[in-house]
Amino acid sequence: MIMIFGKPLLLLYGQLTLGLINGAFYALLSLGLAIIFGMLNIINFAHGALFMLGAFVAWALLNYLGIGYWPALLLAPIIVGIFGVVLERTLINKLYKLDHLYGLLLTFGCALIIEGLARNAFGSSGMPYTIPAVLSRPLDLGFMMLPAYRAWVVVAAAVVCLATWLVIEKTPLGSTLRAATENAALVQAFGVNVPRMLTLTYGAGAALAAFAGVLAAPIYSVNPNMGSNFIITVFAVVVIGGMGSILGSIVTGFGLGIIEGLTKVYYPQASSTVIFVVMAIVLLARPAGLFGRA
Amino acid sequence: MKLNRRALLGTAAATAALPLVTRRARAQANSIKIGVLNDMSGPYRDTGGPSSVAAVKMAVEEFGSHGFDVEVINADHQNKPDLGASIAAQWYDRDGVDLIIDVPTSSVALAVAGVAKQKNKLHINVGAATSELTAGACSPSLIHYTYDTYMLAKSTGGATVKAGGDSWYFITADYAFGKQLQSDTTSFVTAAGGKVMGSSAYPFPGTTDFSSFLVQAQASGAKVLGFCNAGADTVNSIKQANEFGINAKMQIAAMLMFITDVHALGLDVAKGLHLTESFYWDLNDRTRAFTKRFVPRSPTNWPNMIHAGDYSGTLHFLKAVAAIGVPAAKQSGAAIAEQMKAMPVDDDAFQGTIRQDGRGMFNSHLFEVKQPAESKAPWDLYKLVQTTPAAEAWRPLADGHCYYVKA
Repeated sequence: MIMIFGKPLLLLYGQLTLGLINGAFYALLSLGLAIIFGMLNIINFAHGALFMLGAFVAWALLNYLGIGYWPALLLAPIIVGIFGVVLERTLINKLYKLDHLYGLLLTFGCALIIEGLARNAFGSSGMPYTIPAVLSRPLDLGFMMLPAYRAWVVVAAAVVCLATWLVIEKTPLGSTLRAATENAALVQAFGVNVPRMLTLTYGAGAALAAFAGVLAAPIYSVNPNMGSNFIITVFAVVVIGGMGSILGSIVTGFGLGIIEGLTKVYYPQASSTVIFVVMAIVLLARPAGLFGRA
Repeated sequence: MKLNRRALLGTAAATAALPLVTRRARAQANSIKIGVLNDMSGPYRDTGGPSSVAAVKMAVEEFGSHGFDVEVINADHQNKPDLGASIAAQWYDRDGVDLIIDVPTSSVALAVAGVAKQKNKLHINVGAATSELTAGACSPSLIHYTYDTYMLAKSTGGATVKAGGDSWYFITADYAFGKQLQSDTTSFVTAAGGKVMGSSAYPFPGTTDFSSFLVQAQASGAKVLGFCNAGADTVNSIKQANEFGINAKMQIAAMLMFITDVHALGLDVAKGLHLTESFYWDLNDRTRAFTKRFVPRSPTNWPNMIHAGDYSGTLHFLKAVAAIGVPAAKQSGAAIAEQMKAMPVDDDAFQGTIRQDGRGMFNSHLFEVKQPAESKAPWDLYKLVQTTPAAEAWRPLADGHCYYVKA
């Protein structure tokens, strides 16, 4: 058996694959954050709560209306997206002219309220949500048995990330969005409704978080704290990738998932710290992040 | 300006982290005050939380009037030892609290036990697991009520090895509780001729994905996979073990699991698991009677051994206060603990005694989680496998080396 630093190579392959899967979640979540920060200049601390809402909506659809996983994958992001639109219209749009910190405080407050309400309604131990039957069998990759559902997570996340990137970088809609970020007044002078655009962007970011939430529901415990476990790591991913850089957040998300996976093999106690060590190093060497413009 | 805002933000965050602790004027001479200190908002909210407060209040109401008033207050320690210790100090010193009860999360429990010992005030620990509370951290004013790592390790671990599970891999929460549970289980496994093939200690809190550890566990070739964790972590790890098909290849031993966790997992995933609790609502007529009275106070969260222990511990405490009188009880935590040890525990939730070192001596029960077809109601979840009598369930008195216990 081939060994690398005392660990069998096959085991390492398995860990890399699992790291990639966690990276898919990081990428999806940090993508939404990057879009919202890039376009709205809002540090969206409510992102973890929106992720959690996505999972809860999927659970509620199944338990109250009998709507299964596949429709929920579409419906839950739409519902949470609408919620995001309402949040933006009523609260967040008041803060665009102020310092970043106000947006951070407001969204952090919103996250605490949303999570608190969910805890009061559903408790903390979570709800069962089963894996769709089609994806419940494991795939034999040669070096490990990978549950089909996890493979689906990677594929779905990669497709959604790519599609979002294409929309923003390659379509007329995306170019208007980017232009509005650079100079809102000028774009408005061309007859584009910039406030509505920002609202929809926030809604889309919320929908991305909810999509990740539905993907997570069958494998993680669906509980009110599930988002707060992710959010700090995901912020580190965004910072490492470069605030507001879409490509940066996708690449960094997958990359850090892999680094974290390797840490879990060699020194698991450090697996929650390693991402922040990377963040510190990147900030020292490239303060704008790996893909950020200084 | 920027720096100021940042400082302001830091202060705001720090203030938000402080719980609202109700502060009343000096306690009246003829009243007893009970503080329930636990996790009201985090991963252990359902295993203790508001239902524990409800259990304590139920005990107070059922105890009725014995010539003194009883007041119940509560606070959230957020699983932070420093926060728990400072609330405890404030309660004992300034708010006239005579008993702090519950306190899940072993790291917080050890901190609060230290405060109680220093001030000679009573602490009945119900929620935390570490067996250190009746060993190195024992004190004359500390009682550890419902369960501990030794009893879990002996019941679940012992039964598993006996059934042929002689090689183990552990996935362990990297803090006081997880490590203690792993070391207690390891000693039973090795004593019975089994061996430990490896272990992974993961950072707590904040780990949600266990797949990496699960794959390592599988690669180790061990027959049994022991989870030394609790609450949402246990739910996540069992859910993912099921996803990776590990439950088909290895036997899973959830070293600490409550009925609330099983309910959260659902029987499809949890069926067949073995676990240990010292209380189950459907054990006998008395536990059913207790549950019938308790459920209206906590309709979505049925009682586990912690909630039942909070009820029983409070009731036993109040009986002891009635026996020695309020002034004596307020003066010395050790005196009231002494009285509690002198009287047998007998209520609908628990029957037994309190040992010299503060250990609650009750029967422990090994349960198997029912198959979905066997369960007739949402909380009809366990089958009783075996009961370990109180005399055998707990660590022998001499092995704890509690400093004030005379051999």
